[in-house]
Amino acid sequence: MSSTPTQAPRAAAEAAAQSANPPAGETLSGAQIVVRLLERQGIATVAGIPGGAILPFYDALSASDKIRHVLARHEQGAGFMAQGMARATGRPAVCLASSGPGATNLLTAIADAKLDSIPLVAITGQVPRAMIGTDAFQEVDTYGLSIPITKHNFLVSSAEELLEVIPRAFEIAASGRPGPVLVDIPKDVQNQRIEVREWPEPGRAQPAPPADAAAIARAVDMIAQAERPILYLGGGVVHSGAAQLAVALAETASLPTVMTLMALGAMPVDHPLSLGMLGMHGARCTNLALDECDLLIAVGARFDDRATGKVAAFCPGAKIIHIDIDPSELDKIKTAHVGIAGDVSAVLQALLPKVQPQFRKRWLSHVAGLRAQHPLQTPGIDDARTHYGLISAVAACLDDEATVATDVGQHQMWVAQAYPLRRPRQWLTSGGLGTMGFGVPAAIGAALAEPSRTVVCFTGDGSILMNIQELVTAAEEGANVKIVLMNNASLGLVYQQQTLFYGERIYASKFQAMPDFVKVAEGFGIRAVDLDQAAQPRVALAEALAAPGPCLIHASIDMNEKVYPMVPPGAANKEMIGG
Amino acid sequence: MNATSPNERSALARAVLELDVNNHAGVMSHVVGLFSRRAYNVEGILVMPVGDGAMSRIWLLVNEDLRLPQMVKQVEKLEDVLAVRRHGADHAVFERLEEFFRA
Repeated sequence: MSSTPTQAPRAAAEAAAQSANPPAGETLSGAQIVVRLLERQGIATVAGIPGGAILPFYDALSASDKIRHVLARHEQGAGFMAQGMARATGRPAVCLASSGPGATNLLTAIADAKLDSIPLVAITGQVPRAMIGTDAFQEVDTYGLSIPITKHNFLVSSAEELLEVIPRAFEIAASGRPGPVLVDIPKDVQNQRIEVREWPEPGRAQPAPPADAAAIARAVDMIAQAERPILYLGGGVVHSGAAQLAVALAETASLPTVMTLMALGAMPVDHPLSLGMLGMHGARCTNLALDECDLLIAVGARFDDRATGKVAAFCPGAKIIHIDIDPSELDKIKTAHVGIAGDVSAVLQALLPKVQPQFRKRWLSHVAGLRAQHPLQTPGIDDARTHYGLISAVAACLDDEATVATDVGQHQMWVAQAYPLRRPRQWLTSGGLGTMGFGVPAAIGAALAEPSRTVVCFTGDGSILMNIQELVTAAEEGANVKIVLMNNASLGLVYQQQTLFYGERIYASKFQAMPDFVKVAEGFGIRAVDLDQAAQPRVALAEALAAPGPCLIHASIDMNEKVYPMVPPGAANKEMIGG
Repeated sequence: MNATSPNERSALARAVLELDVNNHAGVMSHVVGLFSRRAYNVEGILVMPVGDGAMSRIWLLVNEDLRLPQMVKQVEKLEDVLAVRRHGADHAVFERLEEFFRA
């Protein structure tokens, strides 16, 4: 750190000392200061695992009556629990780990948060300053390791600096395009005692600079002149709280609307203008409509390769309006005809009153025709013993207040296609990094952050084993998570790709040994239901979902079921296989 | 890092970036990491503190590349980078140093 961060609190303390009634200073350790700053930040739940280098902090945390600590069983689990809290609420959440392996175990969850723009504050213990660089026990260069996967990171060199760094970490995590921030605190800094006379304001999201009004005016003209426009919503719409505005824009200007994986829930899937998810596993009608559009309005979306397919062939005849809070996303993949850097909510608020209501009868009826000719195929959706049928049966037991988390793989794509998502922040999934093992701990975090909701976690037999240890955390916390395990005895998407693109040379994707997941769950202390054994699976499912607390619901799925349609990697979106 | 010969390198157009940054351990890592992860070679680097030492100035000599505008935007996003200015390759800062870099 430079010398600057310490100046503000010192100046404030001096100012306070000069006032008529100086507030009584408290002498606190760095660890106590961090706890107090987290309390002032409004943090109610943190997830982590203690270890030597972060024990002073844990000692201070034990005295807090405002913060509940959730003891994960692996730091990656703690990171994803914090992500679950942040994704469900939109507010920065905190995870904790010790130095060395504690910190390295957090990295995957931090990288995942970076790629999906999730506000996270990771606090790690570090060996004492005097031992940094000596290959001390459990020393690793946490700062260096976290540079490319954080939005920003800090190595704190004094207790006084914490007064600046902790609020700043929350401000950075929440401002602009959200993201993870790591704060590495050496043990001696945690133990260092200083007098604190005045507390800094909690770190809050700073408003984004206003968008270019002229660009907004050009966008309005382009929308008015377009004949075949499509609205393309990304995760930024959810992050910005702009879902209602986006739906209003679609309705005003008659815009058929597609969503990325991250945006699902922004527009209710059964809205007449919704074409659902685009891209690699989008419905044929969705990708075909995109192929024909003459204007693409990208809002909080980043033209990810899973959404666009071969970029040169994506919306080949379309002009592009691109609205994003991150200026580096504009022109990164596709050059926009009008690029608008700004907060999506603010831009839509400015745009909406200027957009003339328009009813595009020809285009909407053409899209309706595409939808009728090339709908999403969901074979077996009425049979609860099939993949689509199971997802549909789960949805039938729940309302829109339920939260839906997934792991990564075939089950994730089937749920993205078939679950009737209707609420922003209803849907928690690892999009950018595609991290198997995300689902269970993220669902626990969401359940802890919003205990009134039922949280369903769809997972697979590959994914669940990557953070299975957190089942005991779910049991310990009594978290209201219902884990629906779709077991196809394989790494399903790998098996699918080997079948389709590698000459059916199936290798390392079929599991030879299979744990008894019902026994495993029961062994971890949570209820388990095997739908395979249930005479009436819908009844068993409804009972399992209705009972409070954690439950594992096991269902076998045919290994040879595929996620269709599928755009082959590197191909254009209109070159779909199946579906 | 780049598989270009010295002749090819000199034939490539160059650009000079001037960065105002906070001066603390780690800022250089943040900046050069953005280049290295994209296999974008930085041909020259100069850093010195300015003023009271709270800030530094980093001069980067890089090849002109279609990715350069994106690189500049990424650099601008770094919390410790206060300003980025782009100059032509003929900027004096590296030319004056050439006498220290004769083979």
